[in-house]
Amino acid sequence: MELLERFAAGDLDAFESLFRQYQGEVYRWILRIVRNTATAEDLTVETLWRIYRAHAQFDVAKGNCGPWMRRIATNVAIDHLRRSRHEIPLPDNLAAPAQQPPAEQLELRREILDAVNKLSPRLRAVVLLALVEEESYESIAQALGISENAVKVRVFRGVRILRKTLTQAGVHS
Amino acid sequence: MKETEIDELKKLLKDALPPARGVELQRDLWPAMLRRLDQRTFRVPWWDWTLLAAAAALLFFFPGIIPALVYHL
Repeated sequence: MELLERFAAGDLDAFESLFRQYQGEVYRWILRIVRNTATAEDLTVETLWRIYRAHAQFDVAKGNCGPWMRRIATNVAIDHLRRSRHEIPLPDNLAAPAQQPPAEQLELRREILDAVNKLSPRLRAVVLLALVEEESYESIAQALGISENAVKVRVFRGVRILRKTLTQAGVHS
Repeated sequence: MKETEIDELKKLLKDALPPARGVELQRDLWPAMLRRLDQRTFRVPWWDWTLLAAAAALLFFFPGIIPALVYHL
Protein backbone atom coordinates (compact mmCIF):
# COMPACT_ATOMS: atom_id res chain seq x y z
CA MET A 1 0.00 0.00 0.00
CA GLU A 2 2.86 2.32 0.81
CA LEU A 3 4.16 1.95 -2.75
CA LEU A 4 0.81 2.99 -4.21
CA GLU A 5 0.61 5.97 -1.88
CA ARG A 6 4.07 7.10 -2.95
CA PHE A 7 3.11 6.60 -6.61
CA ALA A 8 -0.07 8.64 -6.15
CA ALA A 9 2.07 11.40 -4.62
CA GLY A 10 4.22 11.45 -7.80
CA ASP A 11 7.30 9.58 -6.49
CA LEU A 12 9.37 8.47 -9.52
CA ASP A 13 11.01 5.56 -7.66
CA ALA A 14 7.59 4.20 -6.74
CA PHE A 15 6.53 4.56 -10.36
CA GLU A 16 9.63 2.64 -11.48
CA SER A 17 8.72 -0.22 -9.12
CA LEU A 18 5.17 -0.32 -10.47
CA PHE A 19 6.46 -0.04 -14.04
CA ARG A 20 8.69 -3.08 -13.62
CA GLN A 21 5.88 -4.96 -11.89
CA TYR A 22 3.26 -4.29 -14.55
CA GLN A 23 5.08 -3.74 -17.86
CA GLY A 24 4.78 -7.43 -18.87
CA GLU A 25 1.09 -7.61 -18.04
CA VAL A 26 0.28 -4.36 -19.87
CA TYR A 27 2.36 -5.50 -22.89
CA ARG A 28 0.61 -8.88 -23.14
CA TRP A 29 -2.82 -7.27 -22.94
CA ILE A 30 -2.03 -4.70 -25.64
CA LEU A 31 -0.45 -7.38 -27.85
CA ARG A 32 -3.70 -9.33 -27.77
CA ILE A 33 -5.42 -6.32 -29.34
CA VAL A 34 -2.83 -4.88 -31.76
CA ARG A 35 -1.06 -8.21 -32.53
CA ASN A 36 2.31 -6.68 -33.36
CA THR A 37 5.20 -6.94 -30.92
CA ALA A 38 6.96 -3.64 -31.81
CA THR A 39 3.69 -1.68 -31.70
CA ALA A 40 2.76 -3.35 -28.42
CA GLU A 41 6.09 -2.25 -26.88
CA ASP A 42 5.55 1.37 -27.99
CA LEU A 43 1.97 1.37 -26.71
CA THR A 44 3.07 -0.15 -23.39
CA VAL A 45 5.39 2.82 -22.84
CA GLU A 46 2.59 5.19 -23.93
CA THR A 47 0.16 3.52 -21.50
CA LEU A 48 2.54 3.69 -18.55
CA TRP A 49 3.42 7.28 -19.44
CA ARG A 50 -0.29 8.18 -19.30
CA ILE A 51 -0.53 6.34 -15.99
CA TYR A 52 2.39 8.34 -14.60
CA ARG A 53 0.79 11.59 -15.71
CA ALA A 54 -2.51 10.57 -14.11
CA HIS A 55 -0.93 9.47 -10.81
CA ALA A 56 -2.92 12.04 -8.83
CA GLN A 57 -6.20 10.54 -10.07
CA PHE A 58 -5.37 7.06 -8.77
CA ASP A 59 -7.57 6.04 -5.86
CA VAL A 60 -5.17 4.53 -3.31
CA ALA A 61 -8.13 3.11 -1.35
CA LYS A 62 -8.75 0.60 -4.16
CA GLY A 63 -5.41 -0.97 -3.27
CA ASN A 64 -4.73 -2.44 -6.74
CA CYS A 65 -3.85 -0.52 -9.84
CA GLY A 66 -4.00 -3.54 -12.22
CA PRO A 67 -7.59 -3.02 -13.48
CA TRP A 68 -7.01 0.74 -13.84
CA MET A 69 -3.87 0.09 -15.91
CA ARG A 70 -5.65 -2.48 -18.07
CA ARG A 71 -8.42 0.00 -18.81
CA ILE A 72 -5.96 2.69 -19.87
CA ALA A 73 -4.02 0.09 -21.93
CA THR A 74 -7.24 -0.91 -23.74
CA ASN A 75 -8.03 2.73 -24.55
CA VAL A 76 -4.49 3.30 -25.82
CA ALA A 77 -4.67 0.18 -28.04
CA ILE A 78 -8.10 1.10 -29.44
CA ASP A 79 -6.96 4.72 -30.00
CA HIS A 80 -4.03 3.31 -31.96
CA LEU A 81 -6.30 1.12 -34.13
CA ARG A 82 -8.58 4.10 -34.73
CA ARG A 83 -5.84 6.65 -35.43
CA SER A 84 -3.63 4.61 -37.70
CA ARG A 85 -6.35 2.44 -39.23
CA HIS A 86 -3.88 -0.21 -38.29
CA GLU A 87 -4.41 -3.50 -40.02
CA ILE A 88 -3.64 -6.69 -38.18
CA PRO A 89 -0.58 -8.14 -39.90
CA LEU A 90 -0.23 -11.76 -40.85
CA PRO A 91 0.88 -13.38 -37.61
CA ASP A 92 4.48 -14.10 -38.57
CA ASN A 93 5.93 -12.65 -35.39
CA LEU A 94 3.57 -14.27 -32.90
CA ALA A 95 2.99 -17.92 -32.19
CA ALA A 96 3.54 -18.87 -35.83
CA PRO A 97 2.67 -22.32 -37.15
CA ALA A 98 5.59 -24.74 -37.33
CA GLN A 99 5.55 -24.99 -41.10
CA GLN A 100 4.73 -22.57 -43.88
CA PRO A 101 1.09 -23.07 -44.86
CA PRO A 102 0.22 -23.73 -48.51
CA ALA A 103 -0.88 -20.90 -50.78
CA GLU A 104 -4.62 -21.56 -50.41
CA GLN A 105 -4.35 -21.50 -46.63
CA LEU A 106 -2.51 -18.17 -46.85
CA GLU A 107 -5.29 -16.85 -49.06
CA LEU A 108 -7.92 -18.08 -46.59
CA ARG A 109 -6.01 -16.41 -43.76
CA ARG A 110 -5.88 -13.17 -45.76
CA GLU A 111 -9.67 -13.28 -46.29
CA ILE A 112 -10.26 -13.77 -42.57
CA LEU A 113 -7.87 -10.97 -41.62
CA ASP A 114 -9.52 -8.64 -44.13
CA ALA A 115 -12.89 -9.42 -42.55
CA VAL A 116 -11.53 -8.74 -39.03
CA ASN A 117 -9.92 -5.49 -40.21
CA LYS A 118 -13.28 -4.29 -41.53
CA LEU A 119 -14.70 -4.30 -37.99
CA SER A 120 -14.64 -1.03 -36.07
CA PRO A 121 -11.69 -0.75 -33.63
CA ARG A 122 -13.91 -1.30 -30.55
CA LEU A 123 -15.66 -4.29 -32.08
CA ARG A 124 -12.36 -5.69 -33.33
CA ALA A 125 -10.84 -5.48 -29.85
CA VAL A 126 -13.82 -7.30 -28.31
CA VAL A 127 -13.85 -10.00 -31.00
CA LEU A 128 -10.10 -10.63 -30.70
CA LEU A 129 -10.16 -10.73 -26.90
CA ALA A 130 -13.28 -12.90 -26.63
CA LEU A 131 -12.94 -15.29 -29.57
CA VAL A 132 -9.21 -15.54 -30.27
CA GLU A 133 -7.72 -14.97 -26.83
CA GLU A 134 -10.73 -16.45 -24.98
CA GLU A 135 -10.64 -13.80 -22.28
CA SER A 136 -13.62 -13.89 -19.93
CA TYR A 137 -16.47 -11.48 -20.59
CA GLU A 138 -15.88 -10.14 -17.09
CA SER A 139 -12.27 -9.11 -17.75
CA ILE A 140 -13.19 -7.62 -21.15
CA ALA A 141 -16.03 -5.67 -19.52
CA GLN A 142 -13.67 -4.30 -16.86
CA ALA A 143 -11.06 -3.34 -19.46
CA LEU A 144 -13.58 -1.50 -21.61
CA GLY A 145 -15.55 -0.02 -18.74
CA ILE A 146 -18.83 -1.57 -19.93
CA SER A 147 -21.18 -4.25 -18.62
CA GLU A 148 -20.80 -7.96 -19.37
CA ASN A 149 -24.09 -7.83 -21.28
CA ALA A 150 -22.68 -5.07 -23.46
CA VAL A 151 -19.65 -7.30 -24.18
CA LYS A 152 -21.96 -10.18 -25.16
CA VAL A 153 -23.89 -7.87 -27.48
CA ARG A 154 -20.66 -6.70 -29.11
CA VAL A 155 -19.38 -10.25 -29.56
CA PHE A 156 -22.70 -11.24 -31.12
CA ARG A 157 -22.63 -8.22 -33.42
CA GLY A 158 -19.00 -8.90 -34.38
CA VAL A 159 -19.73 -12.55 -35.14
CA ARG A 160 -22.72 -11.58 -37.27
CA ILE A 161 -20.68 -9.06 -39.31
CA LEU A 162 -17.78 -11.51 -39.69
CA ARG A 163 -20.09 -14.31 -40.83
CA LYS A 164 -21.69 -12.01 -43.39
CA THR A 165 -18.35 -10.77 -44.72
CA LEU A 166 -16.85 -14.26 -44.87
CA THR A 167 -19.95 -15.70 -46.54
CA GLN A 168 -19.77 -13.00 -49.19
CA ALA A 169 -16.09 -13.88 -49.70
CA GLY A 170 -17.01 -17.56 -50.03
CA VAL A 171 -15.02 -18.58 -46.96
CA HIS A 172 -17.91 -19.40 -44.65
CA SER A 173 -21.27 -20.98 -45.45
CA MET B 1 -27.24 -17.90 -33.85
CA LYS B 2 -26.20 -21.26 -32.47
CA GLU B 3 -23.28 -21.84 -30.13
CA THR B 4 -21.77 -24.23 -32.70
CA GLU B 5 -21.71 -21.46 -35.30
CA ILE B 6 -19.78 -19.24 -32.91
CA ASP B 7 -17.38 -22.10 -32.18
CA GLU B 8 -16.88 -22.68 -35.90
CA LEU B 9 -16.05 -19.02 -36.44
CA LYS B 10 -13.79 -19.08 -33.38
CA LYS B 11 -11.82 -21.95 -34.94
CA LEU B 12 -11.49 -20.09 -38.26
CA LEU B 13 -10.24 -16.98 -36.44
CA LYS B 14 -7.78 -18.94 -34.31
CA ASP B 15 -6.35 -20.67 -37.39
CA ALA B 16 -5.77 -17.29 -39.03
CA LEU B 17 -4.69 -15.47 -35.87
CA PRO B 18 -2.85 -17.68 -33.39
CA PRO B 19 -3.56 -16.49 -29.84
CA ALA B 20 -0.89 -14.19 -28.41
CA ARG B 21 -0.96 -16.00 -25.07
CA GLY B 22 2.50 -17.10 -24.05
CA VAL B 23 4.24 -14.30 -25.98
CA GLU B 24 6.37 -12.53 -23.41
CA LEU B 25 7.98 -9.10 -23.35
CA GLN B 26 11.52 -9.56 -24.64
CA ARG B 27 13.16 -6.50 -23.10
CA ASP B 28 12.91 -4.09 -20.22
CA LEU B 29 11.01 -0.97 -21.33
CA TRP B 30 12.14 1.23 -18.43
CA PRO B 31 14.99 2.84 -20.45
CA ALA B 32 12.42 3.79 -23.13
CA MET B 33 10.22 5.29 -20.40
CA LEU B 34 13.16 7.28 -19.02
CA ARG B 35 13.79 8.72 -22.50
CA ARG B 36 10.12 9.61 -22.68
CA LEU B 37 10.23 11.29 -19.27
CA ASP B 38 13.37 13.17 -20.27
CA GLN B 39 11.77 14.47 -23.46
CA ARG B 40 8.87 15.89 -21.49
CA THR B 41 10.98 17.86 -19.02
CA PHE B 42 10.75 21.61 -19.51
CA ARG B 43 13.24 22.89 -22.08
CA VAL B 44 13.83 26.44 -23.29
CA PRO B 45 13.90 26.50 -27.11
CA TRP B 46 17.21 27.58 -28.68
CA TRP B 47 15.51 30.57 -30.30
CA ASP B 48 14.56 31.97 -26.88
CA TRP B 49 18.19 31.68 -25.74
CA THR B 50 19.24 33.56 -28.91
CA LEU B 51 16.77 36.37 -28.23
CA LEU B 52 17.94 36.59 -24.61
CA ALA B 53 21.59 36.77 -25.71
CA ALA B 54 20.76 39.49 -28.26
CA ALA B 55 18.92 41.54 -25.62
CA ALA B 56 21.82 41.14 -23.15
CA ALA B 57 24.34 42.20 -25.83
CA LEU B 58 22.22 45.24 -26.69
CA LEU B 59 22.12 46.35 -23.06
CA PHE B 60 25.87 45.73 -22.68
CA PHE B 61 26.92 47.75 -25.75
CA PHE B 62 24.23 50.44 -25.43
CA PRO B 63 23.72 50.97 -21.68
CA GLY B 64 22.10 54.29 -22.44
CA ILE B 65 18.85 52.58 -23.41
CA ILE B 66 18.41 51.11 -19.89
CA PRO B 67 16.84 54.29 -18.37
CA ALA B 68 14.56 54.58 -21.41
CA LEU B 69 13.48 50.95 -20.99
CA VAL B 70 12.90 51.40 -17.26
CA TYR B 71 10.85 54.54 -17.94
CA HIS B 72 8.61 52.65 -20.40
CA LEU B 73 8.24 49.67 -18.09
